[in-house]
Amino acid sequence: MNAEVASVEERKQNLKGMGTARRRVEDARFVQGKGNYVDDIKLPGMLFGDFVRSPYAHARIKSVNKEAALAVPGVKAVLTADDLKPVNLAWMPTLAGDVQMVLADGKVLFQGQEVAFVVADDRYAASDAAELVEVEYEELPVLVDPFKAMDPDAPVLREDLEGKTEGAHGPRRHHNHIFTWEVGDQDGTERALADAEIVAKEKITYQRVHPCPLETAGCVASMDKVNGHLTLWGTFQAPHAVRTVASLISTIPEHKIRVISPDIGGGFGNKVGVYPGYICSVVASIVLGVPVKWIEDRIENLQSTAFARDYHMTGEISATRDGRITGLKCHVLADHGGFDACADPTKFPAGFFNICTGSYDIPVAHVSVDGVYTNKAPGGVAYRCSFRVTEASYFIERMMDVLARKLEMDPAELRIKNFIKKEQFPYTSALGWEYDSGDYHTAMEKALETVKYKALRDEQKANREAFARGETRSLMGVGVGFFTEIVGAGPIKNCDILGLGMFDSCEIRVHPTGSAIARLGTISQGQGHATTFAQILASEIGIPADQITVEEGDTDTAPYGLGTYGSRSTPVAGAATAMAGRKIKAKAQMIAAWLLEVHDDDVEFDVDRFVVKGAPERFKTMAEVAFAAYNNVPPGLEPGLEAVSYYDPPNMTYPFGAYVCVVDIDVDTGVTDIRRFYALDDCGTRINPMIIEGQVHGGLTEALAIAMGQEISYDEMGNVKGASLMDFFLPTAVETPVWETDFTVTPSPHHPIGAKGVGESPNVGGVSAFSNAVNDAFAHLGLTHTQMPHDHWRVWKTAERLGITA
Amino acid sequence: MSKMHVKMNVNGAEVEGLAEPRTLLIHFLREQLSLTGPHIGCETSHCGACTVDLNGKSVKSCTVFVAQSNGAEVTTIEGIANADGTLHALQEAFREHHGLQCGFCTPGMITRAYRLLQENPNPSEEEIRYGISGNLCRCTGYQNIVKAIRAAADELNATREAAQ
Ligand code: FES
Ligand code: FES
Ligand code: FES
Repeated sequence: MNAEVASVEERKQNLKGMGTARRRVEDARFVQGKGNYVDDIKLPGMLFGDFVRSPYAHARIKSVNKEAALAVPGVKAVLTADDLKPVNLAWMPTLAGDVQMVLADGKVLFQGQEVAFVVADDRYAASDAAELVEVEYEELPVLVDPFKAMDPDAPVLREDLEGKTEGAHGPRRHHNHIFTWEVGDQDGTERALADAEIVAKEKITYQRVHPCPLETAGCVASMDKVNGHLTLWGTFQAPHAVRTVASLISTIPEHKIRVISPDIGGGFGNKVGVYPGYICSVVASIVLGVPVKWIEDRIENLQSTAFARDYHMTGEISATRDGRITGLKCHVLADHGGFDACADPTKFPAGFFNICTGSYDIPVAHVSVDGVYTNKAPGGVAYRCSFRVTEASYFIERMMDVLARKLEMDPAELRIKNFIKKEQFPYTSALGWEYDSGDYHTAMEKALETVKYKALRDEQKANREAFARGETRSLMGVGVGFFTEIVGAGPIKNCDILGLGMFDSCEIRVHPTGSAIARLGTISQGQGHATTFAQILASEIGIPADQITVEEGDTDTAPYGLGTYGSRSTPVAGAATAMAGRKIKAKAQMIAAWLLEVHDDDVEFDVDRFVVKGAPERFKTMAEVAFAAYNNVPPGLEPGLEAVSYYDPPNMTYPFGAYVCVVDIDVDTGVTDIRRFYALDDCGTRINPMIIEGQVHGGLTEALAIAMGQEISYDEMGNVKGASLMDFFLPTAVETPVWETDFTVTPSPHHPIGAKGVGESPNVGGVSAFSNAVNDAFAHLGLTHTQMPHDHWRVWKTAERLGITA
Repeated sequence: MSKMHVKMNVNGAEVEGLAEPRTLLIHFLREQLSLTGPHIGCETSHCGACTVDLNGKSVKSCTVFVAQSNGAEVTTIEGIANADGTLHALQEAFREHHGLQCGFCTPGMITRAYRLLQENPNPSEEEIRYGISGNLCRCTGYQNIVKAIRAAADELNATREAAQ
């Protein structure tokens, strides 16, 4: 294209900057099977590790006999806790301030816990040998029900904490108590409830689920004994944090550790933490002097690696008779399993659960959360969620429906009546968050209009009458959900993980020929960062996105950052990208003015060039400036065109959305057909509409899975029920409906480009919309709330309980 | 365990190797032949990430022993591109329609769709959804995958007609 004659529009198009549905640069390798995931890595002499896991949920380990295992041809080592103790690695710190056994030290606390690590020439030998490790167990009483965890006679799970009355998050009042976390005005809330005209109360459980990315967790550890360097490739959503943790616990100096996240086959929160497999691989590589690979299988992943939710919430919401909310109270019993391995910012042991006042102007509220130990796998990660926002959103959105039933009011109308109004932003919630921007009424109106809400309710009325007359066996449900997320953790003043502030970073180098590389502290797991961050930069500095390489995930090259989870990449690293771009632009402006022989202030940026104000025919393109940066800069200015930005966000961002789900339930089978699902998302400024839509489709499908079928449950012996893809529900293309997406745009006022982030919104908002729809189908029969997941069996049981099955 | 001599035709080339008979085909492909396109998502034949084409059928290669595939003709994602090296219509369509995110399911998904479009060159949306129901995707919600497969079918049919 001729730079002289191209119109502004043409030049903008050429950049493929923000707002463009740019095709993804990542895809070329993926569609040809040329991705590079951790299990694709093959190093000379590499060995393979496999775990011996506990069949019991709670047992003492009497002895471990490795002999038969060591006799298997190809087996190089069998590690147990005793082998890890001399290097101080039998236990490791969790992200939540607790400690966790790397290999069972004296006892096991959950089924599937890592007991020994077998290292062999290949995965078959390792697996054969793992079968032959003889472990003698003595079974102990098992604690499965979190409601019994703090009974006086409950079994002692954590003997290592005996006598410790102070935990990482304050006092502990029982041997199985982890923390109590409280926010809000307790007295005020109690008063509001006591004085209220109407109070609705409900017990709402968000079941234990699992993020289950298609690729399981794994790593390759390679210790170079000659120069003392450790290289660790792995499925890490936060590679820099892994490096720091690895250095702290291994005492290898941090500059001698290189952590690389290669392509990651989905994360969804499952790959934020540090797992025993990583530590064992590192130790084995140090001991044996060769690279060691560990890749868990699916059953191990579902059984042991980072579950999500398991929140048992009791709520009370009060209102005036005409539907104005006056107060909200919530108590949560949080089942954390055998170790507290939540991945929350350190000061938030229950994450951002106190966003549970949702999208509503609630004058007073109080939340308390009790975390307890049980004989279950550790975790509590944010499954496509920003630190317990999903639980909070599910809670308030179910409570709104419960209240609407009690008030005999339409659930959409109740929401509209209580929305925070556009002019109230920035809005400080009763539980202390400052919502940046929103226009809830517009979003809801658009949603209700598009789905023809009124007509749906009329149709439902007719359906119920027909059902009563015996003309149909199908009941129609309409679920309305509105959510406000809190993402982009976060401001260093209140967000850190293990003392690491939750900023993020971007470093840009512009090459002499006008192309560039940008490196970030985040890591894509399918979100398409290499595509979208280049777009942000293209718009900021006027270099076409196609000429910008984005690189992440290698701690030797990328600037320090806290990684990708909690929808923080766009709000934090996206902001860092824009800010680093602006530094580039500021320097480029000085060079351009020098080349044009005018004062700095007399040139202005115009898409891809600097023009002399008032004389647009006099300009220097960004490419020309880039070249000059390396040979002709103004006196006193350093050559080169590079910048780095570490962005500490002033606030979180608050995306929101309105979702409507319509279902038809066959009451005799419980089969629930998703007739329609409409999702309106407002994620602020939209960087790449194609990718946003893809994120919404994916998040809604995960919400469908959670609401309609996912559950990691345990029997009374602590056996995990159904931790394989035979039982754990991952929807196929057949169960997944067609998603209708829509949007409004309310930019974030404090974000450099106004973007808020979208990856998790559909999961946060979707679950309650599905659940509300199922509950709504039976509402006229007196049902107020039934627990997820709404699989066919449970839905049928509900119908049976209501006496309407055949 | 003693090893057997295995021979097969993979992506048009005769290959051979030594492997324990119990070796799963997916491990033979990935580890001995370094064909890391097909992935492992479950090893229990539920996810389809390991899908390859075996003697003209879509097969989950985590569920086949190498001993069973001795002498077979196998196509993996690495063998799907056109003879002239350009991308297959499905590969193009997946890019064009954003039919992938993390990319982990993609090789299996495209390999399955490749066979599906030979079984049924003009599938309806519903037939596509059933046709790929052995392949799980955790990222995309399938909508754009279905779109991509439909678009590739159109493209292939148009090329076929033009050739006739
Ligand atoms: S799976 Fe049933 S016998 Fe093998
Ligand atoms: S790995 Fe073969 S079906 Fe999942
Ligand atoms: S693109 Fe990630 S599993 Fe399909």
